[in-house]
Amino acid sequence: MSAELVRALGTAARVRAHAAPQDCACSTPVLADRSDGTVVRHGELVVKAHASDTERARLDVQLAVAAHPALNGILLAPLPSLRTEFDGRPLTYWPHGTPVDPEHPERAPWEAAGDLLARLHGTPVDVLPGPLSPMRGPLKAARAVSRIRAALSRTRDAALHPAAAVVERAWATLPAWARAEAPLTHAAALCHGDLHLGQLVRHEGRWLLIDIDDLGTGDPAWDLARPAAWYAAGLLLPDEWARFLGAYRAAGGPAVPADEDPWPALDVPAKALTVQTAALAVAKAVRENRALDEVEETVVRACDRIAALPAELT
Amino acid sequence: MQCPKCHAAMHTYNRNGVQIEQCSGCRGIFLDYGELESLTRLESQWSQQVPPPAPAPQAYPAPPAPAWGAPHHGGQHGHHGHHRNKSFGRMLFSS
Repeated sequence: MSAELVRALGTAARVRAHAAPQDCACSTPVLADRSDGTVVRHGELVVKAHASDTERARLDVQLAVAAHPALNGILLAPLPSLRTEFDGRPLTYWPHGTPVDPEHPERAPWEAAGDLLARLHGTPVDVLPGPLSPMRGPLKAARAVSRIRAALSRTRDAALHPAAAVVERAWATLPAWARAEAPLTHAAALCHGDLHLGQLVRHEGRWLLIDIDDLGTGDPAWDLARPAAWYAAGLLLPDEWARFLGAYRAAGGPAVPADEDPWPALDVPAKALTVQTAALAVAKAVRENRALDEVEETVVRACDRIAALPAELT
Repeated sequence: MQCPKCHAAMHTYNRNGVQIEQCSGCRGIFLDYGELESLTRLESQWSQQVPPPAPAPQAYPAPPAPAWGAPHHGGQHGHHGHHRNKSFGRMLFSS
């Protein structure tokens, strides 16, 4: 994206990483470069430029929560720093952790993911710095659906319109809270808000959750919903789903009953994540002027089955 | 012993613990008392060892899935997980 931003982040990271930054020979790779998060590594440190529409007060609370001793061993703690920003984007500083290798998703630490989420959800909110805002899972789903609408308004390719219509029909079956059109009132656990395999890193011999931008209070089932959606679509292996859910339950996670069917609790969030995933896939295919691939088609078919069921009222 | 039918010599074989006399001339088989029952029992054990047709490929039943889940959930049919491709790999790592 912006070479200037990446350069500035590299400088910020180098200065923060070393007492004598002019002497260092570390490389400065770009780990992510998106409008909602640009991340540059320098040695054992990474610096993240958050989205330009980030509310600073909200981010300060999220940072304080990640640094709180109650989250030790669950969330990666930020490195202390003065408030800095670049071009209106707040900068935060973190120790470098090793992510799951995207080339080897079969090595994904599903047990660690389930265990970390259970402990995150079990953290009493009243001991934490506040005020914590609602987690942004439903808002992210709503944004994905608006992205499909924006992408379609700019294309003349009618071939993708049926998939977009399927996504819209599935979205329409969801209750208002899951579409970020009404506040969530039925749960107030500490939630990550955007769990996927890129949100786990290994640091000092243990797995930790990263990325606090969507952290907040809400329905903990939302954090289980992306793997649940992959499993329901037939993409995630039953064994991987069982390992993830089993570890979550073994650690006392509150989102699902200990030994009854988890789907009454997972159903709405998993449907919302299915719609979100399909919406982003269709919007991307429209932008790239291409047909959906097999996996994207699979998620759109799941939306079709969701749309065929009666709407959820709650 | 001699074959009761053609009087050629009979040879004794042991098959899975059952003594069988077979005639070297007419190839006829002579069973002692109880040996037919032994063979029948062995045959039924053998057929029980044959796996039932089209068994579930996994050791445990698949965990429950929602009503809108992929058809034939938990089986090999319709399940893409076993040939996970690059596209799903990317999906695992993105918001």
